[in-house]
Amino acid sequence: MAAQIASDSVWVVGAHMTRFARFPDQDLIDLASESAMGALADGRVTVGDIDVLACGSLFEASGAVGQRLQKQIGQTGVPVYNVANACATGATAVRTVMMAIGSGEAQIGLAVGVEKMGKMGLLGGATKKEKQVFEPSGRYGAVTGVDGYLGTATMPGVFAQAGMAYAHDHDGVGFEQFARVAYKNHLNSTLNPLAQYQKEFSMGEIMESPMMSYPNTLLMCCPTGDGAAAVVLVSGERLASMPTDVRRRAVKVSASVLTSDPFTEDCQVQPDVNTLTRNAAAQAYEKAGIGPEDLDLVELHDCFATAELIHYDNLGLCEPGGAGEFIDSGGPFRDGPTPVNVSGGLISKGHPIGATGVANVYEITAHLRGEAGHRQVEGARVGLAHVIGLASACGVHILEKAAA
Amino acid sequence: MASARVPLVNYLRLEPEPHLLAQQCRSCGARFFDRRNACARCGRNDFREIPVDGRGELKSFTIVHRAAPGIPVPFVSVIVRADDGTWVRSNVVGCDPTPEAVNLGMRVRLTTYPIGADDDGTEAIAFGYEPA
Repeated sequence: MAAQIASDSVWVVGAHMTRFARFPDQDLIDLASESAMGALADGRVTVGDIDVLACGSLFEASGAVGQRLQKQIGQTGVPVYNVANACATGATAVRTVMMAIGSGEAQIGLAVGVEKMGKMGLLGGATKKEKQVFEPSGRYGAVTGVDGYLGTATMPGVFAQAGMAYAHDHDGVGFEQFARVAYKNHLNSTLNPLAQYQKEFSMGEIMESPMMSYPNTLLMCCPTGDGAAAVVLVSGERLASMPTDVRRRAVKVSASVLTSDPFTEDCQVQPDVNTLTRNAAAQAYEKAGIGPEDLDLVELHDCFATAELIHYDNLGLCEPGGAGEFIDSGGPFRDGPTPVNVSGGLISKGHPIGATGVANVYEITAHLRGEAGHRQVEGARVGLAHVIGLASACGVHILEKAAA
Repeated sequence: MASARVPLVNYLRLEPEPHLLAQQCRSCGARFFDRRNACARCGRNDFREIPVDGRGELKSFTIVHRAAPGIPVPFVSVIVRADDGTWVRSNVVGCDPTPEAVNLGMRVRLTTYPIGADDDGTEAIAFGYEPA
């Protein structure tokens, strides 16, 4: 059997995530340690086996989180890469380990994503400065804060505009279609014990919940929270020498891609979350040698309901321009042709930023192993994990169940 | 006594008629509103100032009900594509902040309005778009 494993392939052998929630009694390193040790145990390796550690945490990006984690779980002297890449921070940690293994510098690596946000509230948007003398400053020569005068910088608003731009260009997309995305994800989360919220809401409750930034109501926005996730990745060469039960549960990483924004005409005035996602998806499908029609499940970046809808199109899950019809016809529901965010997604599972991109890989891995419990997508063999962080960074990983 | 006026941002010019002024790359034509080190599209560093058409189409919007403290809500944040192809981020003013009153694809035109004065009495002038 071992001879069949391509030596230049990379595999997930261990995966873990904490529940996403608010943990006032656990600090950042408690959460990171729980996931890191959970992933090591899941892969039946020890911290002493790890050749490289990549640690993603956005709000403590300058805080040497990886080294602080080592000081709790094992100071082995291996290289540590602390990474921050907005909401793609976790995926960047995974990607960093992928590159270390791909380059031949490491055989086994640990990627950890962790965040502790508590009740952080609304992200993006600056408090109005009560400036007493108007003096131009900054790259736009602004004499005072422009947020609220020249558009919005709040996250619900920025992603609302991304969704409404899609509605401008395509028929059959409106408030109801965006709300249906949130309905689906809240419903999915009732099957996931790791989700921050596990409550079903009706379409009426979603559409009538407090308006944050039209069309995103409160129940169409992800919460802030705490959590961690970790994965152990190994080279095919190393996997070949691992125990049978580790090989049996191993999941192949068929594609690992990170993109940033290429120039587009409108990207100077609004984040373009589409082009870099389309580029990442195209590269990932090519590398994996599959198409979107081959996907058994997708975990994509539904920071807001408006975002999920446009990514159906960006990832090729629906006909071009057909995202509204796709959600209306049940396409991304868990019993549809391409289940999307069966975990509950960011909207209901939660979005502790640094953890999110690793947690998506955990989720896909759980399904491909047939270990996802009540939310299991039966017979899942191929899955895609997507995250996007503004400014922008997009991570796409395609995982496959493959005999090892 | 006429008080002094300053534009909210330096790419808004108040004279002779209010208009936006873009930095256009002489090599590839890309347009920007901020101070540039080089062109994000082609990498060259040769720009000229070009006035932006005040008329345009509303390409996207959101109605912001929750914002940072001190920012009055609700307001209508918009993305406008000027008729010369320049993209602009702004607010729609002179229009109810309701989904019924704001329409995707709506024709709009540039307008200006005062947003308050500093301790010296200097008034800041913002720009927005109004239904055309």
